Amino acid sequence: MTSDVILETEGLTKEFRGFVAVRNVDLRVRRGTIHALIGPNGAGKTTCFNLLTHFLTPTAGRIRFNGRDITGSRPATIARMGLVRSFQISAVFPHLTVLENVRIALQRRRGSSFDFWRSDRVLDALNARALELIDAVGLVEFAATPAVELPYGRKRALEIATTLALDPEMMLLDEPTAGMTHEDVDRITALIKRVAANRTVLMVEHNLSVVETLSNTITVLARGEVLAEGDYAGVARNAQVIEAYMGAGHA
Amino acid sequence: MSVTAKPAVAAPPARVATGPALATHQVAAFVVMVALLVSAPFFVYPVFLMKALCFALFACAFNLLLGYVGLLSFGHAAFLGSAGYASAHAAKVWGWPPELAILFGTVMAGALGIVIGALTIRSRGIYFANITLAFAQMIFFFSLQAKFTGGEDGIQAVPRGTLLGVLDLRHTYTMYFVVLAVFLLGFLVVYRAIHSPFGQVLKAIRENEPRATSLGYQPEHYKLIAFVLSATLSGTAGATKAIVFQLASLTDVHWTMSGEVVLMTLLGGMGTVFGPVAGAFLVISLEHYLAQLGSWLTIVQGCIFIVCVLTFRRGVVGELGRLLGKPL
Repeated sequence: MTSDVILETEGLTKEFRGFVAVRNVDLRVRRGTIHALIGPNGAGKTTCFNLLTHFLTPTAGRIRFNGRDITGSRPATIARMGLVRSFQISAVFPHLTVLENVRIALQRRRGSSFDFWRSDRVLDALNARALELIDAVGLVEFAATPAVELPYGRKRALEIATTLALDPEMMLLDEPTAGMTHEDVDRITALIKRVAANRTVLMVEHNLSVVETLSNTITVLARGEVLAEGDYAGVARNAQVIEAYMGAGHA
Repeated sequence: MSVTAKPAVAAPPARVATGPALATHQVAAFVVMVALLVSAPFFVYPVFLMKALCFALFACAFNLLLGYVGLLSFGHAAFLGSAGYASAHAAKVWGWPPELAILFGTVMAGALGIVIGALTIRSRGIYFANITLAFAQMIFFFSLQAKFTGGEDGIQAVPRGTLLGVLDLRHTYTMYFVVLAVFLLGFLVVYRAIHSPFGQVLKAIRENEPRATSLGYQPEHYKLIAFVLSATLSGTAGATKAIVFQLASLTDVHWTMSGEVVLMTLLGGMGTVFGPVAGAFLVISLEHYLAQLGSWLTIVQGCIFIVCVLTFRRGVVGELGRLLGKPL
């Protein structure tokens, strides 16, 4: 039964000086699914992400990944276990090229990252794999471009390629389509669908049509608490959800 | 401005130019530098050059931390100075040959770097500068009080000795070329560290630390290694300096020395390979040739620093590299 659930939280709570950002959240993400976390601004979605990857320490509650308690594990350790996150603001290494960005991730798994006495030309061995990943997100023609020069949507694509380089069992995507043009949204949606084929994805997303297209399960957060959970159709009919989004009176 | 003007997006390479092939302009600059340094002692006072070389190595080591990790240490004098005491003591009291004395100073600085680094590396920005300064002040106080350092007098009349039992370092030119060799070795170590798989991770951490963490890197580990490397090479500079000048004194552990290396690095161009060398030569030249100004020297230095920060922020070499469109 538990092997079906890859990530599980129990009573997850985060208080900031009396303000409760996340309250008593029990989340259960099933293996191999795309699970969306939605909710109005300030609902605690990003805080949740930060707690799951220990960029913030929870005030209370437990987090289990693959049956192991990771509540107290360090962020880098959690990433090494296969739970890798992205960020709301595009997280690239701006003055490294697209190729170098992806290689940084590949390099970590290869394990020569402490070698300060070797030439960085040893990293060229990773180029083929890096280019494959870059190609998969449609950036191959930009491989030698510094990430800072990419348009926003391409940066997000690069970020996904970098995350994929770690071949994570589970990806946490924080608003992967935020601020994108329509074409970019379509491209990224297709990409997420493709890469989610053999892994689990938990994503925070505001674009409801993306959520509808992609997710198997949706959890709605409001004021730090779980308001509703289910598939898109079920959640969309939920009166409380409509109220939370539209305000009282519409329900 | 130049960044946005680059037509990199418009002209994608068909087959990607991948690995950073050894930059030819940097090799050329290196050859020029070596040629200048090899011929310099026949035109310029060698003792002055040796001083500049020791400081150049110190600045290169410092730049590894400031320019490539983004950490401003305000206590690097601790490593320069204590390595000087260690090597002076080893050479004078224990009668060690110069190569072992320098090695001993280097190792001691590295050990000190591990201790101070482990305690400070988690802090950042102004806190890091403060806490490293605090440690350096402790080392200064220790140097002032401890018996073996000679307090205000320092350790004087340190024998230069005979390198590897064959090279008599009392000869100025022999000493000079040994110092040059030590400098070049240190310079190449820094260059390699910057252009290594490790250096690549350092760059990533400097660019976006949370992202590096989220990819599974533990930033503190990488920063600590860089810190220790920087401390160790600062030690090599200090230990060599003590042998050259046959003196280890409080000047080298004083906080003004920590400030001076910041000045050298910024003036030359932080985050550039050759900048610290140019910066060290500039500052030492100023001090040497404007020495008759006495205490006015600091005023002149201050003015130059202000002009530098206001007009060419990237430092001499940084600006030069920008003009050439190639990093130096």
